Amino acid sequence: MTENKGKPIAVTGIGIITSLGAGKAENWRRLSAGESGIHRLTRFPIEGMRTTIGGSVDFLPLDPPETAHLSFEMARLATAEALEESGIGRPGHFPGQMFLAAPPMDLEWNRRFAVADRRGEATYAGLIRSAQSQNDNLHLICINGGIASRLQEEFGPEGSPITLSTACASGASAIQLGVEAIRRGACEAALAIGTDGSIQPEALVRFSLLSALSTANEEPSRAAKPFSRNRDGFVMAEGAAALVLEDADKAKARGARILAYVLGCGEAADTFHRTRSNPNGGAILRCMREALDDAGLGIGDVEYINAHGTGTPENDKMESFCIQQLFGDLARKVPISSNKSMIGHTLTAAGAVEAAFSVMTLLNQLLPPTINYNEPDPTIPLDVVPNKARPAKVGTVLSNSFGFGGQNVSLVLGSA
Amino acid sequence: MKREVWITGCGLISALGEGRAQHWSALGDSSVWQSRMDSRRHAPYSVHPMVALDLDRYIPRKGDQRAMGPLMHYGCYAAGMALAEAGVAGNAELLGRTHMIVAAPGGERDTAADEQILAARVGKEAGGRWLNEKMLTDLRPTLFLAQLPNLFAGNISIVHGVSGSSRTFMGEESAGIDSARIAWERIAGDQGDLFLVGGAFNADRPEVLLMFAQCGLLQGPPSTDFWHRPEAGMTLGSVGAFLVLEARDHAEARGARPLARLTGIVAAFSDRRPGSAASIARDHWVKLAEVNPPTAVLSGACGTGAITAEEHDFLAALPGAPAVRGTAAALGHSMEASFLANLGLAITCLEQGSLFPPLAPAEPIEVRGTSEARRLAVTGWGHHRGEGMALIERIG
Repeated sequence: MTENKGKPIAVTGIGIITSLGAGKAENWRRLSAGESGIHRLTRFPIEGMRTTIGGSVDFLPLDPPETAHLSFEMARLATAEALEESGIGRPGHFPGQMFLAAPPMDLEWNRRFAVADRRGEATYAGLIRSAQSQNDNLHLICINGGIASRLQEEFGPEGSPITLSTACASGASAIQLGVEAIRRGACEAALAIGTDGSIQPEALVRFSLLSALSTANEEPSRAAKPFSRNRDGFVMAEGAAALVLEDADKAKARGARILAYVLGCGEAADTFHRTRSNPNGGAILRCMREALDDAGLGIGDVEYINAHGTGTPENDKMESFCIQQLFGDLARKVPISSNKSMIGHTLTAAGAVEAAFSVMTLLNQLLPPTINYNEPDPTIPLDVVPNKARPAKVGTVLSNSFGFGGQNVSLVLGSA
Repeated sequence: MKREVWITGCGLISALGEGRAQHWSALGDSSVWQSRMDSRRHAPYSVHPMVALDLDRYIPRKGDQRAMGPLMHYGCYAAGMALAEAGVAGNAELLGRTHMIVAAPGGERDTAADEQILAARVGKEAGGRWLNEKMLTDLRPTLFLAQLPNLFAGNISIVHGVSGSSRTFMGEESAGIDSARIAWERIAGDQGDLFLVGGAFNADRPEVLLMFAQCGLLQGPPSTDFWHRPEAGMTLGSVGAFLVLEARDHAEARGARPLARLTGIVAAFSDRRPGSAASIARDHWVKLAEVNPPTAVLSGACGTGAITAEEHDFLAALPGAPAVRGTAAALGHSMEASFLANLGLAITCLEQGSLFPPLAPAEPIEVRGTSEARRLAVTGWGHHRGEGMALIERIG
């Protein structure tokens, strides 16, 4: 491998939007106060749903808030915030490449019904006939590359922008792609963005049918309970984060403020099952180990873990098991907390959102809590930073993202 | 330091057949490839449906077959072909450090369930309790898994044991171009030795045709000359196309036989103002092809009006007047898979030492030039955005 393997990459700007609000200041204020962004869903009728809560982003002026438009708008706001902080480039021109984690696009039912209603059609053959009678030009909300092409127009990155999905690890994969591109000299800067605005009736039903969602609907803010004995699933949520990544020497040369470094990235694919990890934890272990190796660090160097911590029985069990395997006796001493206890699971965006929060953790020397931790799971003997944020001296963070379908990514971030 | 990138495995399936020999044979006879198009099933639109596959060959477990829809079958099947040819299949040590980058469209819907919901909708409001309850009872969880784009790669990991890493690119034609480009850059830049890249597209799907019909991009009858169609000029085709890309030193050390050298690959994203895509393509040509110009071009033109016309004019003006083949005329346009399919066809031509006959026999850019094939350019211009080009050469 070349001398650039393991080279630290500077983070010079971040932007965050979640159900807690717009902007990193508001998000960090509420996250470190242990506040929840989870609420009753009002975007669409919820009668008859098993789960009626979520971390939807409802404060943007979009009508209707369709997945494509909301995902774009959140990505746009987060990117603008990150670029402003970084001070790189000029309006309409980002001097580097863009890597975007975004949800797949599909027509929503209201769109399908609108076509069906034109001529009272109830079959696909009929819909296709109806569609061709009018040019609906729904292109940008239907194609998976649509959000990237709108961001490209707005921010002007160089080259071919990449849209990617590694399920719940997507945001972290976007960062990893950016880190790799800078290390191999393909660019001096990269925009890594994760966005997800896909709380729609069918998406909610899909995750319900996989028995993945919490049904603790009565008190929405208490539904997400990572690492608790009574955890019963994740809470679907929306959000976006953007990180400006730069070659550290170039960032210093232009006088940029370096917020933190991405020290290492690791990834591994599981070959076991479509929704479950191999019970031996092999791929998760390999992924965390690779990230540390890439950073040139050992387990003793990790001072905080930003957990994947979805709050599903399976994820938290596996994540805890693998951390105990990897860290041994140290496992009980390294604090680990889950942002998802407050903001829910932002799915495609989660890896980027949580990396951005990891940067805030380093900047503020404050560990965000795992809230709703009232019934410890005795099989998870970890320090989960229960319920209240904790000041700490923290220079190195391991941020985990594990996806459905066996795609795992871990990032190591370090203080500037 | 730039390492040389070899292609050591290829899996190609489409309406024209399975594997390079069947493609070569079908492309040699216009009556054969023309006969593979189906104009009835989704009238008024034609599609080039996938040839019948014996799934057991590359997806041996029935449980795995049931867990996927046709799109993922195509991906797993073509990936299996490429891994087998490269001598990677079944080799746990190699599979454990094979990095996978795939280009996947959105997954496939359960159209029967959708039609039940559409039928139940008549006379009701657009959403609400009835729709929520109907979805909760009618939609099947296993089919959702077949809809998640990242499970396209997830299934390849499960079926073939590819576990080095797994990334899924989305975004139509660009996703296919970039899957190969990123793998090429990482090998050249010493960030990996062994990659599986690929994509698949299933044209034979009403929800896919609905989307592109709504966008006014599908060609209805009568079919017109490929290079000179109206905006509604795309005919879609089902394709699975996978390649094993490998560092030359890595391939030589394990005694793997190269199919071709992937000399270079570049991509960009113009704003599609008239002339902007052609301007990018000229830059790409200079970067890749000016020193050692290719003798022919396999074009990924999709067939829609203005952008295919712009590519036609760019190709027509190329120095040296290389022969061009617009392969979507014979395979249909396969979106994410189209660029990768053309790399597969390029390998075929390099092996044969010549091009297959013109697909548009009245078109000057197809009939001109030499049919010799030692060095080929492959282009990919997205129907909406994204331009890419590769240079691929015969070794020895």
